Formats: sequence, C-alpha cells, structure tokens
Amino acid sequence: MKQRLVVIGAGMASGRALEHLFAADRDGWDVTLFNAEPRGNYNRIMLSPVLSGEKAFPEIVTHDDTWYEENGVTCRFGEKVTHIDRAAKTVTGETGAPLAYDKLLVATGSNPFIIPLPGHDLDGVIAYRDLEDTNAMIQAAARPGSKAVVIGGGLLGLEAAAGLKLRGMDVTVVHLMGHLMERQLDEAAGYLLRKALVDRGINVLCSSNSKQILGRDGKVTALMLEDGTELPCDILVMAVGIRPNTGLAAEAGLATGRGIHVDDHMLTSDPDVLAVGECVEHNGAIFGLVAPLYDQARVAAQTLLGEPAHFVPREVSTKLKVTGCDLFSAGDFGDGDDREDIVFRDPARGVYKRLILRDNKIIGAVMYGDTADSSWFFGLMKDEEDIAEMRETLIFGPAYQGGDPLDPTAAVAALPADAEICGCNGVSKGDIVAAIQGGANDLAAVRATTKASGSCGTCTGLVEQVLGVTLGDDFVIPAAQSICGCSDHSHEDIRRLIKSRELKSQAAVWQELAWKTRDGCHTCRPAINYYLLADWPLEYQDDPQSRFINERKHANIQKDGTFSVVPRMFGGMTTSDELRAIADAADKYDVPTIHVTGGQRIDLLGVKGEDLPAIWADLNRAGMVSGHAYSKGLRTVKTCVGKDHCRFGTRDSSGLGIKLEQTLWGAWSPHKFKLAVSGCPRNCAEATCKDLGVICVDSGYQIGVGGAAGMDLKQTEPLAQVASEQEAIDITIAFYQLYRETAKYLDRPYKWIAKVGLDWVKERVIDDLDMRQALIDRFAISQSVYQKDPWAEHAKDRAETYQPVADLTLQAAE
Amino acid sequence: MTNWIDIGALDDIPPRGARVVRTAHGCVAIFRTGDDQVFALDDRCPHKGGPLSEGIVHGASVTCPLHNWVFSLETGLAQGADEGSVPSYSARVDSGRILIDAAQLSGQLSDRSAA
Repeated sequence: MKQRLVVIGAGMASGRALEHLFAADRDGWDVTLFNAEPRGNYNRIMLSPVLSGEKAFPEIVTHDDTWYEENGVTCRFGEKVTHIDRAAKTVTGETGAPLAYDKLLVATGSNPFIIPLPGHDLDGVIAYRDLEDTNAMIQAAARPGSKAVVIGGGLLGLEAAAGLKLRGMDVTVVHLMGHLMERQLDEAAGYLLRKALVDRGINVLCSSNSKQILGRDGKVTALMLEDGTELPCDILVMAVGIRPNTGLAAEAGLATGRGIHVDDHMLTSDPDVLAVGECVEHNGAIFGLVAPLYDQARVAAQTLLGEPAHFVPREVSTKLKVTGCDLFSAGDFGDGDDREDIVFRDPARGVYKRLILRDNKIIGAVMYGDTADSSWFFGLMKDEEDIAEMRETLIFGPAYQGGDPLDPTAAVAALPADAEICGCNGVSKGDIVAAIQGGANDLAAVRATTKASGSCGTCTGLVEQVLGVTLGDDFVIPAAQSICGCSDHSHEDIRRLIKSRELKSQAAVWQELAWKTRDGCHTCRPAINYYLLADWPLEYQDDPQSRFINERKHANIQKDGTFSVVPRMFGGMTTSDELRAIADAADKYDVPTIHVTGGQRIDLLGVKGEDLPAIWADLNRAGMVSGHAYSKGLRTVKTCVGKDHCRFGTRDSSGLGIKLEQTLWGAWSPHKFKLAVSGCPRNCAEATCKDLGVICVDSGYQIGVGGAAGMDLKQTEPLAQVASEQEAIDITIAFYQLYRETAKYLDRPYKWIAKVGLDWVKERVIDDLDMRQALIDRFAISQSVYQKDPWAEHAKDRAETYQPVADLTLQAAE
Repeated sequence: MTNWIDIGALDDIPPRGARVVRTAHGCVAIFRTGDDQVFALDDRCPHKGGPLSEGIVHGASVTCPLHNWVFSLETGLAQGADEGSVPSYSARVDSGRILIDAAQLSGQLSDRSAA
C-alpha cells in the first residue's frame, strides 16, 4: 500500500526533497504536488540570468513533465491550497474535493515584502519573486526609452537592476541604507560594487528613503523620495526582502513564529506534517539562501523514509549573479574589540579583500573584484583552522602558502579535498575529483554525476578548473558545447564539415572528425544520421539503427512498451470510410485507448509491437499512410474549414492545408515541424503558435514562423504576406528546406531563428528568388527519396523483424 | 554445464541492432554490435522496465529507449551515475549462427546470480 504524500508548493526545496525521496524509494509514495504558480519546479535563483537575457526559461526548469510522469507525481499546478484539515488529514485546493494524505509537506516559500507606501497598489509596481514578475519586467523593458526604479539595494534588487539595464532600460536603485548589500558587504566592498554599477550606467541612490509612489490612471509614473525628489518610472520593482509564507499553516493550527516552527527532523508541531524551505523557522532562524534549503530537503526526505536525520544549519556564503561583478561574502564581518582585520586593496584593479580574524581563526571574509581564493578562505573558516603560521601571507591566497610559482589554477590545486566547490549542492573538491577519476572528464559529466554547478552555476568556472587540475593537459576548457562525449566538435562545426568536406557516411564522420568512440552513442548517432540524410539525400542511406525507437519503428513507444498508431489525415480532413477502417482496426487489435490529438488526428494507443505491421497493412488498405506522429519531421497541418462552410472564411484554408501536407509529408527535419492554416484572422486553427502558420485574409496569405506552444509559448513572427496560394506554398517549402539544411539537431524553428536571425531567413526565402527556387529544388530531390509511406514498406518487407527471432517457450523444460 | 542452442542467423539481426527471443520467463534481447559480437540480456531495463532491444546499440553498450540508461552488454551493469544491472546470458556466433546457453536461460528464475 503506497503512502499518500501531499506537497504544497513546487519550489527548490520541495523539488529536491522529492528527488531524495524517489531516489531511495521510487514506488512507496503516491505524491500530489500543488503549486500556486501555473508550472512545476524551476531554479528560482536563476531568474536573474533569465531577466538579463543570458538564459531562457526552459534552461532553468529543474523538473519537467516527463520527470513528474516517470515518478508518478500528480501535478496540480496553478491551484492554490485553500485549507488544511489536520483532524481529517485532508487538503483542499481551489478546485476539487478534499484530498486525503498520510504525510503532508508544506513548502509554501515566502512572499516578497511590499512596503505599504501610498500608491503601492498601482499597476506597474511589482516584486521580484517569480516568472510572472520577471516577464513583467522583460515586457516593460521592451518599450524603448522606458525607465525603472528598483527599491532595495540587496542581492535581489541589484540583480534586477543589472538585468533591466542589460535590457536597455534607464535604471535607478533606491537604497535605504548607507551602502549596498549591507548585510553581506562592508562599506569598502559596497563602495566598489556601487562604482561598478554606476560605471554601467545604473543610477544608485543610497541613504534614500521613499515617501510615496505617484501614478496616473491607476498606473505608476514616478517614485517620490523623502526629500521631494521625483524619479519618473514605467515600472517600480520592490526588492526589499521576503517573509515566510505561513498563512495556510497558521490557519491549520500549526505552531508558527516568523516562520512555521520545525524541529531538527523538519517536523512541524504535527508529527504527520513536515515543512521545508523559506517558509520554516528553525531554532529562531529563517532561511533565504539555497544551500540550507537543500539540506532541509534531504532531512525531510529521510524523515519521511523513517531514517534518523538532523538538520544542522551550516555556514553560508553569498555570490552576486551579475556578470562582471565578482563578489563574495561569508561569515561575520561586523566590528568588535576581539577582532582583527587583514585587508588587501588594489584600487587600480578594483580589488578588495578583507578577512576578519578572531583567536587566529577566520570568522568572516569579504571579497570584491577577485574572488578566486574565496573557496579556500571559506574552507579555512568552516573548519576553524588556526592560521597563525601563515598569517603574513594569508591574504594572498593558497598559491603563496608554499612559495610555489603563480599559476591560474594553483589556487584550486591547493584546495584540500573537503573544500566546498558547489555551495548550492554541498559538493566538495574531493567529490568532484572522485567523479573525474571515475571517468567524468567534462563539465556535463561532472554535473551529471555530482550535481556540482547544476543550480546557480556561479561555480562553473571553478569546476572547470578542478577538471583542469585533475586531468592536466588532457582537459581543454571547451569554447563551444561539443555534440557529446564522443567528439570535441560542436553541432555547428559538424554540420559545416559534413558539407565542406563532403562526408557522406557515418564512418567517414567518425574517422575524419576524430570520434573518440568506436561508433558513437545514443546522443550523436541520431544527429549525425539526420545531418547526413539532409545534406546528401541521394548518396547517404538512412540508418535505422541510429534512430530512436519511435522513428525506427514508426510508432511512439509508450511507458509500458506498447506503441501508438496515428494515421495521416491530410489537413485534418477525414471521411466516413477512413473512420470506419480506424474503428475496425481498433477492434481487431484490441486497442484500449483512442484519443483525438491536438493536431487533428486520431491516435490509437496501446498497440503491441508485434501487431504493428498488421494494423498498418489494414490502414494502408483503407488508403491511409503513416501520420509520422513520432518523427522529427513534418507532423501535421491543422486547418479550419474555411470559406466552403464558414461565414467568415476568406479562402479555402483546408484546401491549402491539404496541399501543404501533401507536398511536405515524409520529410525529416532537425525537430518536429507543425503547421496550421486559418481561413480568417479569427484564427480557429491556432496558426500563430505553430512552426509555420498561414492566416488567410481578403488580400492574400499572411505567413508567420517560429511559433511554439510547448515548454515555451511563442507567437509566430511575420515572415511575409503574399497574394497567391502558390507563392505561399513556395515560401513554406523554402523555409522548411532552409531549416532542414542549417538548424542544429533538436532545435525547433523558433530556437533556430533566434540564432540565425529572422532577417537572415528573409534574405534567403523572401528576397532572393533564385535562392528560394534552389531551396525548393533541393527539397524536391530529398522528397524523391523520403516521401514514401514507411508503414507500407515495413508491413511488406520488414514485418518479420517485428517478431521474436526465436520462441523458446516450448523448450523451457530443458 | 552448458547447452548451446541455435536461435537464428546472425544476419537476422542488423549490425548495431537487436531482436528478442521469447522464453518461458520473459523476453531475452539478443544484441549484435558493430563488430559482429552478440550478447544476450533480459529485455527489461531495471529502472522502468523499458525494452532494451529497442535501444540504440553503440560500442558494446545499449541505451534504454525510455530514459537513456546505458548498460554494458558485456556485464549487464548500468553505466555512469545510474545503478542497476540486467541479467545476462552466454551467447556466441558459430558459422553465421547465433547460439545461446539454454542451461542458463532455464535457470534464470531459480538462480539469476548464476547468469
């Protein structure tokens, strides 16, 4: 009998707790995860790089739909929990009946503190807490000449200010205290930081008290300071602190103070209710940095598993995630009679280092401008090492502690094995060295085996240095991400070299590009196979053994090992005969589930692998071919019924959709490719979130590209508006072929466009008619090979391979 | 004691591919590597039961099609950060025919460690 665990809040702590829980006992728990935000767990501390544009949101998602599905987590995202009934042991969400739990994990996080200034409820006054806030800031920054005011010169406020500045806004930081980040930095470091920000064009006002937020028509227009100064702004970001979110827990009668009270086992005052994260209070302390939250998560998971575990708060250090501002702070750096300082300054380089000592031990460290030695100092501090003997040279760092010559990696080399490299995940240098000696010889492998640098990412450089020190000359810090461990080349280089050196077989690629493995791996083989068949359709022979199972078997594998079968319905149109044949096939092969897909197709789920050739042959007989619902290739063209039936329709949208699908079907591409054609701007076929969408208007056809409605939600960008249907078809083919020839494997068109630029695409597909025609010609050559029904081919020639090679069930008695 | 039985021709399996043999105790996957070695493993990933015979074969390894766990065909052990193992059986090629040890196969339920 599985235990029912309900988790309230999908933050960094609860996500990590579930990981630990499933790692130890994957099948013992029936988990329901509520989240008020309409999404699952993501790495909240990485919102700053998202704001600055250095990362995209999908890169910071820590648990995706697949993960929840694999672990059987019932997700109720976008739903607030309204009530906990501890007597009945149930939780009630906004929608739905009370849900029973055996154990409850409260991870409601924190709320941003909003100063109740007059005008704080105006439109445009936001906190900096979640993706919605981040997106609101990105949107505001998109308007040319827009201005922002950030109240709060702490970690979060400065990351917001730097991000908004990078996006081109005019930014002013208003800070109540005398210097920035006063909780983490002393005055000197705060000064250097301020100078660096001012150099970037950010206006910084310290010792400034806000008085009132001014607005017009319900929207913010300016911040007025105590001294009467008015700072005009289009948005006002309040980043002045957070408060544990204890409302729900308090209402349920759990003991709370500043946060929800927990003991060393992360148990609240109710032994069946645990709490982790920013919402808790432990021995009077509350938590805002991620490292202790991860420790809490581990302890909570162990408590749930019935293992003895105790949460011990540890020393934490702070780094600011603003590119180009290197600062570090840890421990206690207030003044006191029993303390001594060692200070190093290099004003020309903007470097400041200060160590705070008591009884010959480091109790605090602040660094600005050069933080290379910070882990070493942090290690000495945590271990309470006596530094009397090296005191004279201590401030110069580990490289000087033996008179060794200066080497950029010497600081890392000198670190003891237990020095912490990744603060977020508590990974020591020794852990990383062990992983490297175990075969993890690049950053990705180290990250996969140890999680080091997998959270906030600021230690990435350190991890690479540990790799460098451990592997010596064998490790070269890679400039671009290589395709996989088999090669040092990037996808882009490989595509280029396949074309320029006319490599026409996988063996040629492996040999000429110095593959390190005998015959590749599951990551590079499908990519290379695609590049070769796209660039050399006539010369290269597609290799089924280099395809993922779905493409090799022309059906989508399901989690129980059965497959799904989706016949093609051109333009989403079907007939009663086709439907009858589908119904007959479903009956004949005991298909348990029939689903209508988002692309206007019918999906038969749960077909046994051995039955595939037979069901395909039956569907072929009724005139249907593979719908390629499994492929990195042309998927579906979704349409509305258009002017034949609809009173608003301007043109024959379904007719165009059918023509497009008849032209494009069967083609492979770097990733799946979905189209839609709508008959009027009401857009019933949802053409504006497709890889390519056509909207018919009175004057012609509007073609948009680069839409998406998956992990990312993207609206198409206009590519062209044309008068004739034939030109719309031509442009569609040319666009698809250009994508097929130049995109990186597994990049959807919107990602590809983001890299090459829409103008670059337009030059080739719209402006240069010769180039457009050349693309169309090359696509036709490819289609002469690849536009064939794989179902018919497999049913005829390869049906045997879908059966066991031998059946020994009769000889089992031997 | 071994009992080699013929289960088919080497060419019934494509290079870097696999087929299954149905046994009384479930399916066994027969793998053929790029250099024509053959290996026999239970057709069941210890992680989520994925059919290993449907995975991509590279070197002397196979990647499970469900969640990309990688197993050594030689030992049946999971590679990298994942931990687990798949029961494996003796298999060899003789004159273009694939032979597997039926003695191990029939003993697979009662004494898996022998495999």
